[in-house]
Amino acid sequence: MGNENKGNLSGVMKEQDKKTRDKNYNQYVKQVTPKFSIFNNCVKAFIIGGFICTIGQIFTNYYISMGADKEMAKSYNSITLVFLSVLLTGLGLYQKLAKFAGAGTLVPITGFANSVAAPVVEYKTEGQVFGVGCKIFLIAGPVILYGIFTSWVLGLIYYILKQIGIV
Amino acid sequence: MSEQENKQSKMVGKQSIIFKDPPCIIAGSSIAGKKEGEGPLGSMFDLIQQDPMLGKNNWEEAESELMKEAVEKVLQKAALKSQDIRYLIGGDLLGQLIATSFGIAEYEIPMLGIYGACSTMGEAMSIGAMLVDGGFADKVLAITSSHFAGAEKQFRFPLDYGNQRPYSATWTVTGSGAVIITDRNNAKQNNGEKMVVIKGMTTGKIINFGIKDPMNMGAAMAPAAYETIRQNFEDLNIKPEYYDKIITGDLGYVGKNILIDMLKEKGYDISPNHMDCGVEIFDKDEQDTHSGGSGCGCSAITFTGYVLKQLREGHWNRVLFIPTGALLSQTSYNEGNTIPSIAHAVMVEAV
Repeated sequence: MGNENKGNLSGVMKEQDKKTRDKNYNQYVKQVTPKFSIFNNCVKAFIIGGFICTIGQIFTNYYISMGADKEMAKSYNSITLVFLSVLLTGLGLYQKLAKFAGAGTLVPITGFANSVAAPVVEYKTEGQVFGVGCKIFLIAGPVILYGIFTSWVLGLIYYILKQIGIV
Repeated sequence: MSEQENKQSKMVGKQSIIFKDPPCIIAGSSIAGKKEGEGPLGSMFDLIQQDPMLGKNNWEEAESELMKEAVEKVLQKAALKSQDIRYLIGGDLLGQLIATSFGIAEYEIPMLGIYGACSTMGEAMSIGAMLVDGGFADKVLAITSSHFAGAEKQFRFPLDYGNQRPYSATWTVTGSGAVIITDRNNAKQNNGEKMVVIKGMTTGKIINFGIKDPMNMGAAMAPAAYETIRQNFEDLNIKPEYYDKIITGDLGYVGKNILIDMLKEKGYDISPNHMDCGVEIFDKDEQDTHSGGSGCGCSAITFTGYVLKQLREGHWNRVLFIPTGALLSQTSYNEGNTIPSIAHAVMVEAV
């Protein structure tokens, strides 16, 4: 630890005003706490996230080659990826991949599937209703709520703009 | 000596106690999980459980089983029956102390449940020693436990949720530690081993330096450890060198450095004799535990498995044991509150 940190801490300890002391202490803690390298994390997320998307594209192309139209093939692909994510979550492997990949596994649809499946695995001991039923959207709940709310707001804006003839 | 004088004579300074006739720790037990067993202290624990579920149906029952085994082991080591124990003082991290209640029920020992988060072992030993010294009990069992999966479920995310833990996060120890505290008459000295006594204590206050990040508990708890240790030095008018070891509970790498620097600011250098149970219990590079171990079990099994042994064998004579606790809940965190912390110091000596 460098000298400037020490100086900072001594300021924290001498500070009489609690609010200022807490603020200074938080700043000091920020300096002495090791952090992930954002660059490394971005690279890992890019590679694994890109890899998942490539797999998705392979599935989509496969379903198209099987005779599905583009929209249908996309839906089949989503179902396949969600299934694989849930399977890996159940086997305890998705967490291991996510530890390495970070946002790379969080952002694709597989991350959403994981966030729904993980509470099921965890809370099944508390029963089908109060365990699985109540806790299944523990993590995904906010995404679903605000996702639906946002599309409602956008729909409203679209409707108004349409009524006054702008779109 | 009148009763009044007797009571006053044990209070030292602002918030410390020194016993005239220190209660003895006659036995300690340590039940550890698989990961703890693979750590640097692995060979010191009484029992290592390879199955995280311990053959039970859920994490909560598994933690209760850890406690049950810790009680069984400590009674066996002290050659006592559960009926011999006058009080059991214990607690854990789960809501309403369910690991303790379900774990110890069948022993039918009069029980006082306590919550001090990860400082519970210090609190239990403090209360136990006071009960013994006050003549309210001749044999007290102090116990605590934690379980990695149970704690993750209660305080963080479901285990299989894909997220990244920051470097400042600690790894909750799976384990349960128990000690039996008795008065001097009930303590037998083993051949060639020293007697371990609780010489005194400094009870901590709630300290809050405004840290909000539950993934950096070390930083939240370091000021609490600092306050209690400084108070212990001041109350007893001693220097850090008085102790062979100053052992904090679960500050981890981040908190350990902050604590040492804070005490340096006040002119106390504890760096040569400081040790943190959270740092000792895991190999952070091999075991990927980031800032170190945490949880009630961390300080408890390190104390019962490692520290007691060092004292008995005469490697150390005076130890200040300071389990540290972060007293937050998910509700207080969600409501935007900072993390209140506490640290209880117990002076343990070999005589």
